[in-house]
Amino acid sequence: MSDLAIRVESLGKEYRIGQSPERYRTLRDSLVKVVNAPRRLFRSAEKREDSTIWALREVSFKVPKGQVLGVIGRNGAGKSTLLKILSRVTEPSEGYAEIHGRVGSLLEVGTGFHPELTGRENISLNGAILGMKRAEIEAKFDEMVAFADVEKFIDTPVKRYSSGMYLRLAFAVAAHLEPDILVVDEVLAVGDAEFQRKCLGKMSDVAQEGRTVLFVSHNMSAISRMTDETIVLDKGRLLMRAPTREAVDYYMASGFSQTGQRTWEAGEIPSEAAPFQPIALRLYDTKGRVVDTIRSTEPVSVAVEYALNAPITGLRVGIYLVTMRGEYVLTSFDTDNPEMFERFGVRPAGHYVSACTIPGNILNEGRYVLGLNASSFRVKRYFQEEHALTFTVDGTGAPGMQWPEARLGPVRPLLEWQIEAR
Amino acid sequence: MTQTAISTKQKEEVLILRPTRGWGSLNLRELWVFRELIYFLTWRDLKVRYKQTVLGAAWAILQPFLSMVVFSVFFGGLLRVSSDNVPYPIFSYTGLLPWGVFSKALTDAGRSLVNNRTMITKIYFPRLVIPLSSVLAGVVDFLLAFVVLLGMMWYFDIRLTSNAWSLPLFLLLALVTALGIGLWLSAMNVLYRDIGYIIPFLTQLWFYITPIVYPSSKIPEKWRLLYALNPMVGVVEGFRWALLDTDTAPGPMVTVSAAIALVILISGLFYFRRMERTFADIV
Repeated sequence: MSDLAIRVESLGKEYRIGQSPERYRTLRDSLVKVVNAPRRLFRSAEKREDSTIWALREVSFKVPKGQVLGVIGRNGAGKSTLLKILSRVTEPSEGYAEIHGRVGSLLEVGTGFHPELTGRENISLNGAILGMKRAEIEAKFDEMVAFADVEKFIDTPVKRYSSGMYLRLAFAVAAHLEPDILVVDEVLAVGDAEFQRKCLGKMSDVAQEGRTVLFVSHNMSAISRMTDETIVLDKGRLLMRAPTREAVDYYMASGFSQTGQRTWEAGEIPSEAAPFQPIALRLYDTKGRVVDTIRSTEPVSVAVEYALNAPITGLRVGIYLVTMRGEYVLTSFDTDNPEMFERFGVRPAGHYVSACTIPGNILNEGRYVLGLNASSFRVKRYFQEEHALTFTVDGTGAPGMQWPEARLGPVRPLLEWQIEAR
Repeated sequence: MTQTAISTKQKEEVLILRPTRGWGSLNLRELWVFRELIYFLTWRDLKVRYKQTVLGAAWAILQPFLSMVVFSVFFGGLLRVSSDNVPYPIFSYTGLLPWGVFSKALTDAGRSLVNNRTMITKIYFPRLVIPLSSVLAGVVDFLLAFVVLLGMMWYFDIRLTSNAWSLPLFLLLALVTALGIGLWLSAMNVLYRDIGYIIPFLTQLWFYITPIVYPSSKIPEKWRLLYALNPMVGVVEGFRWALLDTDTAPGPMVTVSAAIALVILISGLFYFRRMERTFADIV
């Protein structure tokens, strides 16, 4: 018996681009192909019509039994494809994977939940879909209901549940799966802080029971808390495997997160914005790189680039900062300061950048939305976009990180506390 | 720690994942391992089917019953279609019963993969489970409608014949046919959404080439074996023989029907298994 749980050897997955879920092949296309087939025989060197992409290529690694391995990488890096292959949802196109033991996969919570069925019925159904035996489901039923905290509504159709209850119930079933190897995708990205805390706690329990876990997340602090070692994927390839701290630092530092900007094309600016013309909204880290993930402990610069095609009186250009759940954190304008307000009473035509810095140790970990506003108070709102840009704040090193729990509230300042004995 | 202790005691399963090419094996044993999932999905389809309807399961009875009434008035009454010396309502209803279970199973199975695409893209299980449980869920409707038949037979004073033991076999033949076609259609539907439009049309045409409103004795003798290439011919005639003791005792026609049904099922299974590995990527 080996001590290996998972062995992956030059694994690759090729997708045909035409196979994306939005574009179905129609029967007619295939019939046309059949009709054209004889002609193609004479043109053997003809290029293949469908272009393909490799979502995963030449990936090899081993996971010993009992290890909790993190998987990070930006969108499209191949994380989900890797998990899909390991959980047998899809087949690899090349290479192979060897799995020792029963695999439980959690690519999504609540798969197969039916809105018309009651909580009780959905537990049975979802359990069966996840591969539990009926006896197993019955034995754990009370525990699941208690975990989800839905005792009162257990015989109500889940379509009447609040979204929080629904998620809790869905996760409760999944969390009571007891496979040898657990494969988890971004399930924690949903739900409120309390729910996320519960999920993370349950996941730590699973890890401590000595089971092998493969954990994919965008949430660097969850990765840091849960795993000792992490692999970094980029464009389908395995870039590095290192102790989690190193891997996270590498990931954060290598400017992977290049999407931290929003640019406007001429066509998307409404005509009533004139003479204001937005060009770009960007987020910079302390080293001047455009980033979409920043550290809670470090300052970040927000820069608005725009052009004025005519002078504007009393113009103020500013930002909204909103949490993903829609709570406003702050609103701020470039002429908030009375001195600036005096100086820019009339802003002449020209090309501008208005920039400010959000200090470190202000924002809590999580995802945030930046909005843009350009207006003259009580005269005209030239331009407004509430959802211009989203970014992630990573909590590593933030105040109170010694306790592995999600902090409530959008701000996480380091306050000066005094403790006195009286 | 107890968990690892338990799992090391058991014989460890090693799973190798690699690309497969060409025609694979059917691996029906795995279907047995997942039998509880088949049960739960069948049960879900039944539970959900008549939720939030006023008449509920009565729909399972009303559909064939109302069809029977209309057919009896127009075909039996006005057009005077012969009915093998059986009262026309009973004649058409015995045809409608297996037809109902067949067309429902075919339609549901054909759409099943696309309807369950969220499961397919997120969880592994033998994909055969999905069309199979769609077919099985139709059997309950059949049983309900069967009770009505017993009532009608009592009303027309027709005794159950000694052939009735064979009914489950003919029902099985209908299900095998429906599953076979359903496997073909569901796998093709993943690739070509045209199938969604073809299914209603297909069942409608199929209805007319099946002896439901007319007896197969209307078909000229020399064409009957060709006619029996439609497996539902064997099913409907078998039903009438088993229930009403008509002259359509199982013979060459039923043999042809059963053989074709098996061919459809086995080819459907292989086609399905071959296509199944790309379902999650395409659906």
